[in-house]
Amino acid sequence: MITTVTNLGRSGLSDWLIQRVSAFVMTAYLIFIVVYLLANPELNYAQWAALNSSLPMRMFSLVTMLSIAAHAWIGMWCVLTDYVTVRLMGPKATAIRIFFQLGMIAVTLLYVIWAIDILWGI
Amino acid sequence: MDKKRPVNLDLGTIALPITSYVSILHRASGVIMFVAVAVLLWLLESSLASEASFNELSNLFANPICQVIVWGSLAALAYHSVAGMRHMIMDFGIGEDSFQAGRLSAWVALVLAAVVIALITFWVFL
Repeated sequence: MITTVTNLGRSGLSDWLIQRVSAFVMTAYLIFIVVYLLANPELNYAQWAALNSSLPMRMFSLVTMLSIAAHAWIGMWCVLTDYVTVRLMGPKATAIRIFFQLGMIAVTLLYVIWAIDILWGI
Repeated sequence: MDKKRPVNLDLGTIALPITSYVSILHRASGVIMFVAVAVLLWLLESSLASEASFNELSNLFANPICQVIVWGSLAALAYHSVAGMRHMIMDFGIGEDSFQAGRLSAWVALVLAAVVIALITFWVFL
């Protein structure tokens, strides 16, 4: 079964670690954003734009976006290689899975480009 | 690998423990999040593109369809984050030594996620 050519880290242990490091980054970002929004209930555009155009915040957001990309890649790979299989779906499963995996990778890369465009377009 | 070995993964015939439901929901919310990233990026873009688009967001939150989409995205994010934190805690060796501990943390995660989703519901719809 062709599965290991489409996972992110080319090894289960590498994927395992990337999944947890990226989860940690995203959790930190989520907590920061929630606390920031709760602390600033009267948030206006100037303040929000100033925060997001500062270099540290741009870096934090971009690292988070890259974490989302890696995390989604690994997670979607797990789901696809578990359920879209020859045993569950018959001989066409491999072609269908490769199609969805490549589509998932394309969408993930588009998300990253979109995020860069948003963050550096402020 | 013996390809004729017996396999029974017909989930309909197996009585699943609470940990399984927490795990299945974690996967399902993860797949939903893959699509929800587009919603979150669109929110970020609208909030940063201009002062006008920033102010329009509050009008948008009055639209029921937008409310449901934003609520679904945030609810999936909340559940996935809580269930993910449970995994991270277990990875550090806490509560992963017995099935009993796993069941308990699964219930704790479910209740915590329900509370957070209730707060999100309150924030989005009221």
